Amino acid sequence: MTTHWGQRAVALLIATFLLLFLVVPVVQVIFVAFQTPGTGTFTLVNFQDFFNTSLFREAFWNSLYVAAMSVLVATAFAMPLAYFTTRFEFRGAIVVQTLGIIPLIMPPFVGAVAMQLLFGSNGSINLLLDEWFGINIPFMEGLNGVIFVESIHYFPFILINLSASLNNIDRAMEESAQTLGASGLRLFRRIVFPLAMPGYIAGASLVFIKVFDDLGTPLLLNVNNLLAPQAYLRISSIGITDPMGYVISVILVGFSLLAMWVAALALRGKDYSTEQRGGGGLAKRQMRPWEKVLSYGVIAFILLLVLSPHIGLTLLSFGTIWSFSVLPDGYTIDHYQEVFAQSPQFITNTLLYASLAALIDVTIGTAIAYLVLRTKIAGREWLDYAAMAALAVPGVVLGIGYLRTFFGVPLPWSGQPLASWWVMLVIALSVRRLPYALRACTAALQQLSVALEEAAENLGAGKLATVRRIVVPLMVGGIIAGFVTSFATAAVELSATIMLVSRESDAPLAYGLYVFMQTAAGRGPGAALGMIAVLIVGVATYLSHRIIERGQRARGLADEY
Amino acid sequence: MTGQLAGVSIDNVNLYFGNNHVLKDVTLEIEPGEFFTFLGPSGCGKTTLLRLIAGFGKAQSGRIRIGTEDVTDLPPWKRNVGMVFQSYALWPHLTVRRNVAFGLEERRLPRPEIRQRVDAALELVGLLELGERRPSQLSGGQQQRVALARTIVVEPQVLLLDEPLSNLDAKLRVQMRQELLELQRKLALTTIFVTHDQEEANTTADRIAVMEAGVIQQVGTPAELYDNPTNRFVASFLGTANFIDGTLSEKKGQTVFRSGSGIEIPLKPGQLHAVKGDGAGEHSVMFRPQSVVIQSAGAARQQQGKVTIKGAVRHREFLGSTIRYAVSVGDTVILVEDSHRRGEAPHNIGADVELNLASEQVILLSG
Repeated sequence: MTTHWGQRAVALLIATFLLLFLVVPVVQVIFVAFQTPGTGTFTLVNFQDFFNTSLFREAFWNSLYVAAMSVLVATAFAMPLAYFTTRFEFRGAIVVQTLGIIPLIMPPFVGAVAMQLLFGSNGSINLLLDEWFGINIPFMEGLNGVIFVESIHYFPFILINLSASLNNIDRAMEESAQTLGASGLRLFRRIVFPLAMPGYIAGASLVFIKVFDDLGTPLLLNVNNLLAPQAYLRISSIGITDPMGYVISVILVGFSLLAMWVAALALRGKDYSTEQRGGGGLAKRQMRPWEKVLSYGVIAFILLLVLSPHIGLTLLSFGTIWSFSVLPDGYTIDHYQEVFAQSPQFITNTLLYASLAALIDVTIGTAIAYLVLRTKIAGREWLDYAAMAALAVPGVVLGIGYLRTFFGVPLPWSGQPLASWWVMLVIALSVRRLPYALRACTAALQQLSVALEEAAENLGAGKLATVRRIVVPLMVGGIIAGFVTSFATAAVELSATIMLVSRESDAPLAYGLYVFMQTAAGRGPGAALGMIAVLIVGVATYLSHRIIERGQRARGLADEY
Repeated sequence: MTGQLAGVSIDNVNLYFGNNHVLKDVTLEIEPGEFFTFLGPSGCGKTTLLRLIAGFGKAQSGRIRIGTEDVTDLPPWKRNVGMVFQSYALWPHLTVRRNVAFGLEERRLPRPEIRQRVDAALELVGLLELGERRPSQLSGGQQQRVALARTIVVEPQVLLLDEPLSNLDAKLRVQMRQELLELQRKLALTTIFVTHDQEEANTTADRIAVMEAGVIQQVGTPAELYDNPTNRFVASFLGTANFIDGTLSEKKGQTVFRSGSGIEIPLKPGQLHAVKGDGAGEHSVMFRPQSVVIQSAGAARQQQGKVTIKGAVRHREFLGSTIRYAVSVGDTVILVEDSHRRGEAPHNIGADVELNLASEQVILLSG
């Protein structure tokens, strides 16, 4: 069978897009890191300079420390929750699911400033602790603050993966150990935990990467002795010719890859779920009354902690003055009025950019999924790999790459550098969020039986007609899910954005929030902007959930395809 | 490597899942060293009963004893019962050897003894050289053997097998069930085997308990159950059967069964033990298709002690060694299996035939 020319054209188009906007900028960054400034010859001198500068050395160790500690703290939050929900008859599944979407749709930096007001040395909690017990806990001092904010934000990644692993364990795995004499903690240590390990590692490595690469949270907490903020500060203060930003970028990418590689290595040959036929999770039992009190207590505590950025943000956005007091002095809607009156473009820009980026993502995502799963075009899986590789590229790195690659290219009609054109912002967002949309689209297409398409072709529909009339309508749930995930995460992305925004009129919400939070007077409006972001993302997620649910009900047994 | 021989006695066990009465007054006596089978369709409660013996789940009433010990309230890890799971449940993170050693390690045995017993168990199932492999690197039949080795290495008092052959392909299934039986004979291990496949049950079991809807319908050897089923369910679950409904009456001092379509079958007193009271009301009889002799109408001479039934061939299936006819007699249909020899012409559809049935081949059912 000869390959359809249309499929080739689509593949070529996507390849060009990924090459131009992902591969070239990143390769460019790596090249610069290994070049002598000015001459362009290969050198390691930049790395030497990096490690000879005490500030960078400190930033390097701090980043490792913060990422590792965040994984530890996040584990401490996730373990008990995962254990309760899988071991007991307990309606914790809903909690787990709800918690699970928080880190995906709300980056930690949005609530970071609010967290300072709640947990800082003069924050609400410490004021209360001081009054009651005369103690002050430095939750938010320096690196602690970053660790604290990041771990309560990202622990659901560990929770979801660990719970999924535990729920996938074939009950017979546990029961056969019991008939052979194992019980209690020994059973857990020898059988249950090793079987759940792959899920834990997957979650933990994701948290590590997210924290290691994060720019927004340290910037908003004003903790700059970490790698990502250093890269940003070098480029924004010294300029795009300074090699240090590139060196840091290479280190960030390197560690992202390293963490993924270590996770892959640890997981190799350990996809236990496929070897377990029964599934159904561990045997659950009713909780005794004291266990019930304890577990609900722990869950309420963790929930309160997870929601504290949102609570703080709400208070901050409605509060008049909030300083050295447990709660704000009074409440007002002035901050919202100020945002809408003075800078409504933050909101409209965000809606425009995020929608466009998400649209690009699901279009490319659907196309790649189709090419990979349904055609035989040579090198089709490389499109998939390339798109997924964006996961390993921190936003800062992509931003620096765009500046380097496209700054020298002027727009033909205005002479403005291409890198500072708002469309580039949209493209950067779409490249960064493409992996999410792609996975959603691939999953949707995988569930679709080929026979459905063959039936259409048998009845005379061509390839394009089949895709349009059969494939896409049946994939629509997955496509919407992909669109919303891309949209929601793009709407609140800061790290690439902050590098590429050239003027405030082009800036999206996340950038506005950052700018507002720089001054004490701006915190109120900044928080209001944050609340609007939460609202946009929340509404989008809720709507998609409803649409997907309704679609599934309408299709009835569609899941069985 | 045999444990001490122990039987299992199940005494009046009732189990509910919510409002669902899953096991109803189950009472069973399984002899030491016996290969016993729970046979029944899915959902009949056979696996639930097996799991109860292993200690999984809790009956609302009744006792279970293994040997002389009452184990009703013991958790699984305190009972010396070996169970082979339907999915085998081999732990994917441990090697074959570590899988097999697990139970011995839990019993805190000295290392040299563990090594020696694991070797012996792997040898027994013919997998000694695959000890360092992971379960995922084994075929289905090999996994099955590892699961078996892991269970028998701890010398359990009772071996429980939960549909252990259902994940194998047809050919391997036959081979494995023979190996299983040989192993059981060699170890003289009290074994309870759960299956929904009557051929599997017939070929392995010393005795079978047929279960349906949480009730033990009948217990007996395979031949007893086939030849003397007490009710319709057992009769049809263990093979093809003809059922005819009718009433009993007295005729010339003999009890005669008469169907609505006029078929009359004289019954001897020995065939009447299923009758309660005066025998009034509806009854049904059962006979197997191969008990009936089919002949062209008119060709037959009336034979002593045989019932002759006239009918017409309605449907015919050629099965190779036999031909199965569906013969209409009034408004009932009787299935007949006639052995086939080369060159013999079958009866044609629509042809008038006579069926001869010896009355001792007929069973009067109690339900």
